[in-house]
Amino acid sequence: MKSQISLAFEKCKRENRPALLTYTVAGDNSKKKSLEILKSISQYADILEIGFPFNAPTADGPQIQNSTYRALKNGFKLKDAFQIVKNYKKSRNAKPCILMGYYQMVYHYGEKKFVKKCKQVGVNGLIIVDLPWPDNKKFAKLCKKNSITFVQLISPTTSKERMKKIIRDSHNLNYLISMLSTTGGKLKVSPKKILENYIKIKRVNKSKNMVIGFGITNKNIGSFKKADGLVVGSALCKGISDSIKNRQNPVIKLNKMVKALKNKII
Amino acid sequence: MKVKKGIPLIDQHDKNGFYGGKFGGNYVAETLKKPIDDLSKLFEKCRKDKKFLKERDDLYENYVGTPTRFIKLQNLTDHLGGAQIYAKMVSDANGGAHKIYNAITHAMLCKRAKKKYICTDTGAGYNGKMFSMVAKKFGLGCKVFMGTRDIERQKPNCEAIRKNGAEIIPVNSGSRTLVDAVSECIRYWVSNCDKVHMGIGSLVGPNIFVKICGWSTAQISRELKVQLEEEFGEIPNKLKLINCVGGGSSAYGFWSEFFDYDKKHIELIGVEAGGPKNSKLHAAPLSKNSKIGILHGAAAYCVQDADGQINETESCSSGLDYPSCSAIHCLLKDVGRARYTFATDEEAFSAYKLVTELEEISPSLEPAHSFAEAIKIAPKLDESNIIVVNSCGDSLKDKDIIKKRLGNYIR
Repeated sequence: MKSQISLAFEKCKRENRPALLTYTVAGDNSKKKSLEILKSISQYADILEIGFPFNAPTADGPQIQNSTYRALKNGFKLKDAFQIVKNYKKSRNAKPCILMGYYQMVYHYGEKKFVKKCKQVGVNGLIIVDLPWPDNKKFAKLCKKNSITFVQLISPTTSKERMKKIIRDSHNLNYLISMLSTTGGKLKVSPKKILENYIKIKRVNKSKNMVIGFGITNKNIGSFKKADGLVVGSALCKGISDSIKNRQNPVIKLNKMVKALKNKII
Repeated sequence: MKVKKGIPLIDQHDKNGFYGGKFGGNYVAETLKKPIDDLSKLFEKCRKDKKFLKERDDLYENYVGTPTRFIKLQNLTDHLGGAQIYAKMVSDANGGAHKIYNAITHAMLCKRAKKKYICTDTGAGYNGKMFSMVAKKFGLGCKVFMGTRDIERQKPNCEAIRKNGAEIIPVNSGSRTLVDAVSECIRYWVSNCDKVHMGIGSLVGPNIFVKICGWSTAQISRELKVQLEEEFGEIPNKLKLINCVGGGSSAYGFWSEFFDYDKKHIELIGVEAGGPKNSKLHAAPLSKNSKIGILHGAAAYCVQDADGQINETESCSSGLDYPSCSAIHCLLKDVGRARYTFATDEEAFSAYKLVTELEEISPSLEPAHSFAEAIKIAPKLDESNIIVVNSCGDSLKDKDIIKKRLGNYIR
């Protein structure tokens, strides 16, 4: 049986456009609101990445850190992330969900227990930022056994040889980090250069989907239409911060933002 | 799980960087895999390179000042009336603490990697200060990441860092201490690893940083071994080496020549920061039996809450105020080669007070924790026992804290 993630990409390909992946932090700015945000942006997004907060992140930029601390300050617990996915998955028009976070939270919960729980609540994929290949081999296998896509990351510093091995061991989805940056940095490489690199990597195995993330915003997303999919995270987290500051409803704000992003890539 | 004899402990890891099969490792973002790999290759090459070693030894001799003194604390010994107490005055080193050794290696590696910028974290400010010193000496641009809480409480070292031309990047996230400074420094490196060399200030982080740091601070132990033989004609029969442990860089350096001895012969005692007596918070993951956690690229005993979030720590000593510890110390704890305990803030302050009243030395609040343990055990032992405390930092940086707590600060 094909995974929901693969099906989502197939649908986008039929529509001749890249998939739109959003990233928001579970529990930001409250448990209730973050669930409402997910439901609301599902109208336009194809796959939802949901961050589970960790308080010593080593690859998050300031926007995502703000979201993380907001969630934690509100008393967010890991079980709430599972609950949010579970409730979201019950909604009409629910999209595939990828949980994203740091290994400490998985390690502390227990690898097996974590994956089982993911499967139980309907998580479709996992990104563990600080569990790179080949250290992730065992965990990736465990995910596969439970029909969860373990997403491998590829960065501009990944050597060609290493990249081939990563892609060989990968499931149906890989994630290309656009540039040397934490999340949400200013795009310091031109979209053209990023796409050139993307196409080179894509040649290693065309059948596997690959998305681009880090530094993608409403301003530049239109330049990346050739990719299988695009991830927007920090811009949305900033949207939540802005709406809080301006006393707006973050749900409405994010719905508008994701709609605008979608319009840029169709 | 076993410690092998005749092989430096830093090299006793498996191919994935784990000690004892479960401590350490390389939990980093994909972007850092290549820079870490490059740095590992460079370090392995350099540590075998005679020219590199000669340059290092020259720097130790003429710039750090070797050896740092090994002195008997006769008044303290008489006062306590038990074991003989000595101190290894690592605070004599240029800059005032052991952090200089690691900083020199990193600056040398940075030069050989043809990078012009170096970045690091700091808690007590000593590591930042030493990096700023060597950066100036080697003509490197330098950024020091420091929690805003530590910037407030370690002013003298901040002034020194700025005077050396380095930039302090204030870190305002989380508990605003060392843990957040390290996170922010790693984040900075993720974004700038093509141009910037990163040095972690302690025996923590991804495997290569543990190795570089331990390899560097081992100088302390090489000196001590010679000094012990000079003083006693041999390595004493009942020797206790006491060192404070935050990340654990000075303790590793202090002990590295002595791991192969039987623990009945040479006992290794690590003293962590127990925090204020009446507080639940502490920075003592080893002695208060914290669970293993993954922080800053490595698996180690780590102070964490029931949900796996890294817990806030509390200690009067910025240099020990870190929720985790080195993978090497986790290994030493599990195999029983070292014993770990803690001293509270109160105990550290009274130890500082007693030592400075009786002796002409002025240890910082980090080694004051070690002295607290020495004061505790010395009266129970007879004079055939030799206690050596690593006085690994100078108190000048703590003058504001000491003044506030004890009423005055006299040098």
